[in-house]
Amino acid sequence: MKEIRWHGRGGQGAKTVSQILAQINLREGKHVQSFPEYGPERSGAPIRAYNRISDEEILIHSGVYHPDISVVVDESLLESENPTEGLKPDGTLVVNTKRSPDEVRRLTGFSGEIVCLDADKIAQEAGTGFPNVPMLGAVVAVLGSDPKLAEEELRETLSHRLPPEVVEKNLQAFRAGHAAAKGARQNA
Amino acid sequence: MKKTMTGHKAVAEAMRQIEPDVVAVYPITPQSEIAEYYAQYVADGIVHTELVPVESEHSAMSACVGAAAAGARVMTATASQGLALMIEIVYIAASMRLPIVMALANRALSGPINIHCDHSDAYLARDAGVVHIFAESAQEAYDWMIMAQRIAEHENVRLPVVVNLDGFTLTHSVQVVEPLPDEAVKKFVGEFKPAYPLLDVDNPSTWGPFAMPDYYFELKRAQQAGMEAVPEVYLQVQEEYSKLSGRPYKGFFEAYRLEDAERAIVVMGSTAGTAKVVVDELRAKGEKVGLLKVWLWRPFPKEEIVKALSHVSKVAVLDRAFSFGNMGALYLDVTSAFVHQDQRPQFVNYIYGLGGRDTTTEQLAQVFEELKTAQPGELRYIGLRE
Repeated sequence: MKEIRWHGRGGQGAKTVSQILAQINLREGKHVQSFPEYGPERSGAPIRAYNRISDEEILIHSGVYHPDISVVVDESLLESENPTEGLKPDGTLVVNTKRSPDEVRRLTGFSGEIVCLDADKIAQEAGTGFPNVPMLGAVVAVLGSDPKLAEEELRETLSHRLPPEVVEKNLQAFRAGHAAAKGARQNA
Repeated sequence: MKKTMTGHKAVAEAMRQIEPDVVAVYPITPQSEIAEYYAQYVADGIVHTELVPVESEHSAMSACVGAAAAGARVMTATASQGLALMIEIVYIAASMRLPIVMALANRALSGPINIHCDHSDAYLARDAGVVHIFAESAQEAYDWMIMAQRIAEHENVRLPVVVNLDGFTLTHSVQVVEPLPDEAVKKFVGEFKPAYPLLDVDNPSTWGPFAMPDYYFELKRAQQAGMEAVPEVYLQVQEEYSKLSGRPYKGFFEAYRLEDAERAIVVMGSTAGTAKVVVDELRAKGEKVGLLKVWLWRPFPKEEIVKALSHVSKVAVLDRAFSFGNMGALYLDVTSAFVHQDQRPQFVNYIYGLGGRDTTTEQLAQVFEELKTAQPGELRYIGLRE
């Protein structure tokens, strides 16, 4: 079973992509959970969301304390939210940042894999403005899920709530995030 | 087809498929999305339910009572303070033998104010005369909403049924749920045949009358008879539903690796899932541990619980609410079932998870460990800072 923790700020869509990640993995035949941590909800406040992905039925209903992947959707949370807390030493830290993996390693002291991508820039270039979808692409790359299947699911889900041209921009952001993370891992 | 959905959505889907005549509901965290989804179905014309957007839960249940007495199939949903506000009318609904089905998104009662899960709201309604069922997962919440309809409406029962699902843990988490086809659900619940509906003007009936010492007692006894009829109906409905869904619901509780267990946990709700993981882990190490997950809490299946647990040496009963001034309510239920039995386990009571405090696999493993040496009758806590 893989456990994932998302660190974002209210309004960035971390919870939404955590739910879409669950749908993607269901499509792959996995058992899934996605749940946010609820505190006082307000735009801009740090939030956490979680995924469990497993080949077996998931019975556990407690929180995630030792994630395999920790995802930092908002760079400012790197220092304020301790995203490496409980992260498995052989796990992966995925960060939306302009910094290099070495800089992030110095900052966090994390010894495992670090994947950095500039999701803000990707989102700006794609014209969406939200870093969540490129970060979803990055997590799909780290999990090794089928990107085509993921795209299909993303397209289907977003089509329910967004006009076609915005869906296309998001798919572009997703692909760019996926490619950036894949490239970053190959170069590491 | 398997889908991902939150517990809310699972409950709302079941309601959409049942398509009751009337839903009267007032939003409250963590139930709000159930009300929102259903209001959306009504607004979109997907269902032909009369949605009564009331100004409080007291009015929600009052509208449910009025509609059900008139002969409508009625559903609602609430949580915590919402239930506390409607509780006066919940008792009345039960006394009028109205088969209202209610989802209760379990949330801690104030104070202090809190939005997260515990079972204090369910415990508040323990003696209201309603049937209580607890779900472990979003799938179970969906399934029980459908089964609840048939149990509530059975002519020998005619009582409100509350389907409890843990707030946030189940309501807000996306899980895998496999809904039945709409037609299958509609056929399963069938057409509602109300008893003595108010709107049957050719056969006038009196509802909610005054009952003084000459009749009150007999009316309450009749309510108890309704409760006594539940187990048989429940098992029948469960068997039919298991065949329909292919999901094995069998009995008043789920006995998980209990047959040869020496130590066991008794618990209700989503924590049962976490406990199963612990049971499997400890079993893999050769420890004889098991779990009894209560589905049907009221009426309480005393005799069957005795049969399932009498061979166990040590049992921890986990209550997700205080019954202030005494042991937990579930503990009292389980232990009192054994009062006339010579062969019985030693029992320990744990209070856990109040106000959304997380209960982990490590903590439940610790409970099994502590059971080895705990004194019978002890009241202990899981994850409490003292």
